[in-house]
Amino acid sequence: MTKKSPNQIADDLLRPLFQTSWRFFAAVGILGTFVVAAFATFGYQMYTGIGVWGIRRPVFWAFDITNFVFWIGISHAGTLISAILRLANATWRRPVTRCAEVITVFALSIGAMFPIIHLGRPWLAFWLIPYGSERGIWPNFRSPLVWDFFAINTYLIGSVAFLTLPILPDWALVRDKAAGWRKRVYSILALGWRGTPKQWNRLESAMHIMAIAIIPVAVSVHTIVSWDFAMAPVPMWHSTIFGPYFVAGAIFSGIAGLIIAMAALRRFLHLEEYLLPIHFDNLGKLLLMMSLLWFYFVFAERLTVWYGNEPSEMAVFWTTQRGAFAPLFWTMVACNFLIPFPILAIKKLRTITGTVIASLGVVVGMWLERFLIIVPSLARKYSPYSWGSYQPTWVEITLMVGTFAGMVLLYTLFSKAVPIISIWELKVGLQKELEVRSQKPVASGQLPETRYSGQPAADNQLAD
Amino acid sequence: MEPKPQKKWGMVVDLDRCTGCEACVVACHAENNIPTVGEKEAAIGRAMHWIRVERYYEGEFPDVRVKFMPVFCQQCDAAPCEPVCPTFASYHTDEGLNGQVYNRCIGTRYCANACPYNVRFFNFYNPVWEKPLHLQLNPDVSVREVGVMEKCTFCVQRIKAAEIQAKADKRELKDGEVQPACAQTCAPKALVFGDLNDPNSEVSRLARSNRATRLLEELGTKPKVIYLQRESWHDEEKS
Repeated sequence: MTKKSPNQIADDLLRPLFQTSWRFFAAVGILGTFVVAAFATFGYQMYTGIGVWGIRRPVFWAFDITNFVFWIGISHAGTLISAILRLANATWRRPVTRCAEVITVFALSIGAMFPIIHLGRPWLAFWLIPYGSERGIWPNFRSPLVWDFFAINTYLIGSVAFLTLPILPDWALVRDKAAGWRKRVYSILALGWRGTPKQWNRLESAMHIMAIAIIPVAVSVHTIVSWDFAMAPVPMWHSTIFGPYFVAGAIFSGIAGLIIAMAALRRFLHLEEYLLPIHFDNLGKLLLMMSLLWFYFVFAERLTVWYGNEPSEMAVFWTTQRGAFAPLFWTMVACNFLIPFPILAIKKLRTITGTVIASLGVVVGMWLERFLIIVPSLARKYSPYSWGSYQPTWVEITLMVGTFAGMVLLYTLFSKAVPIISIWELKVGLQKELEVRSQKPVASGQLPETRYSGQPAADNQLAD
Repeated sequence: MEPKPQKKWGMVVDLDRCTGCEACVVACHAENNIPTVGEKEAAIGRAMHWIRVERYYEGEFPDVRVKFMPVFCQQCDAAPCEPVCPTFASYHTDEGLNGQVYNRCIGTRYCANACPYNVRFFNFYNPVWEKPLHLQLNPDVSVREVGVMEKCTFCVQRIKAAEIQAKADKRELKDGEVQPACAQTCAPKALVFGDLNDPNSEVSRLARSNRATRLLEELGTKPKVIYLQRESWHDEEKS
């Protein structure tokens, strides 16, 4: 990375914006088909009734809320990790932050659709918005679903701002380099960024405020998601551990999602010189720590229930440990701990391939974890007379596949419209490195477009 | 004149009287326009019976006795279904009933998950009544559309009608004047309905019985349905 000149960095990272291969169109076409299929399925579900799902009494939530919690969990990679790395001033973060922040925005948007999709009458979802309606009634502020509504919207607005702010200088760079319709579009997107010292100062303080503010928001979001369950007197839902347990699980699955996304970007956008093995190594260590933390939480939760020996909780406990849900439970333990732990703990295995394999396991495992929190508890709720079961239908599966395709599609489109690695941040990093080496500030002429030089026309020099 | 205490509707279910005939289930379906969902749907657990008769087997073969337990909305005073509803579709009425406003329901199904008794039912499809069943729909009860939750109301339409009639007649509601369909149809008189705030009502008298117990009382839901039963059939025979 250090061997690259600023011009090369800009050229490398802007290439995906200006050059498009047939692979891009093929990918968009295939992914788009899945997304369209999911939307059509949703239409069919609305037209026919939610009975086309597999949910039945007493399992009224299943794939829908599993996907909701899963995607909200994935969204915790980006903004949270990026904010922590920014605040900790970890220099290796520079190529990672943006592709992490994007995950948050897209995963959150996808996750937030599920509370709407899963409604019996989705067309009335807007009743959760507190406004002076003709019905003369507010939403019920005691309901965790209303807390969800506010928490998710706050997090979404926050992470969109957190993502967009540091893109502005890069959009300005594209604007200055592009011609034709691209120039017009990026002129609007750049919001009049000129790179003046004043603008740089403002950007810096805004990012600082956002980085601090977004951390408690992220923690609160998944805590509130966990309270959807913890606030109901359902066996093994009604637990004080759920808040931190869910937050830890969210960060865990989020890091896994980030590693997979980075590996894909590295491969398909040829970013081998930017997303280095060191990034995967560092994130792998983080994933290892979260894997241990996840195991600790599961162990603590299970042990407490077992010793408590409360009959209704034990019914749920045994159905997951060695009953109908046991195969899923032990697959989850394998995917979240037994497989990733050795891969991530042994330095030799903590390669790019290794971390990706571990991450794929974690993503599957964490999906199962959410499913196993929701369904067994409902299926074994108190009176054995009304115990039940659950089986998904093609409708639920199509919707789920559609969300995964949607995530990849949004990510693909985004990497076409925005440099997926922050160009100016890399340059700043480069300059700082040079400063450290030469023990003196580098003259602005040597490095165009730095936030210290504040030359408005700096971007143009890159075009040479 | 002292203001009359607010009504607090409750029901006593005498399990020692219940024969498990399920007449209450049929009466409830007819009174409350509850759709029948069909064989296939019922088989996967989507049958809608606001009142159901649960069967439990006691003892070891061949000395086995069957126990019947009618279960319906327990009209909890501290109902878990109420705080979780984001739109106030599930709410507490002045008379202590767990109201369900169908028009407010958006179908999150959260209430059904929170209910420990599993007595809430969801309209997975728009209800249909095969001809000529559509002619027997009760005009006093609204028909629910797809995507909304429903449950036992203690036949609130009957309660309201009786209250309005009593008010028009300028008199108090008499004990036993209001009968939900299930209680009205119960041949062995296992179901008794009335005002728990009136110490002289039959339901209050029975609720004070030493046979009285409540379902899943330990959850703190304060149910207003009281079950009467001896310790077990075997104890009765031994004594």
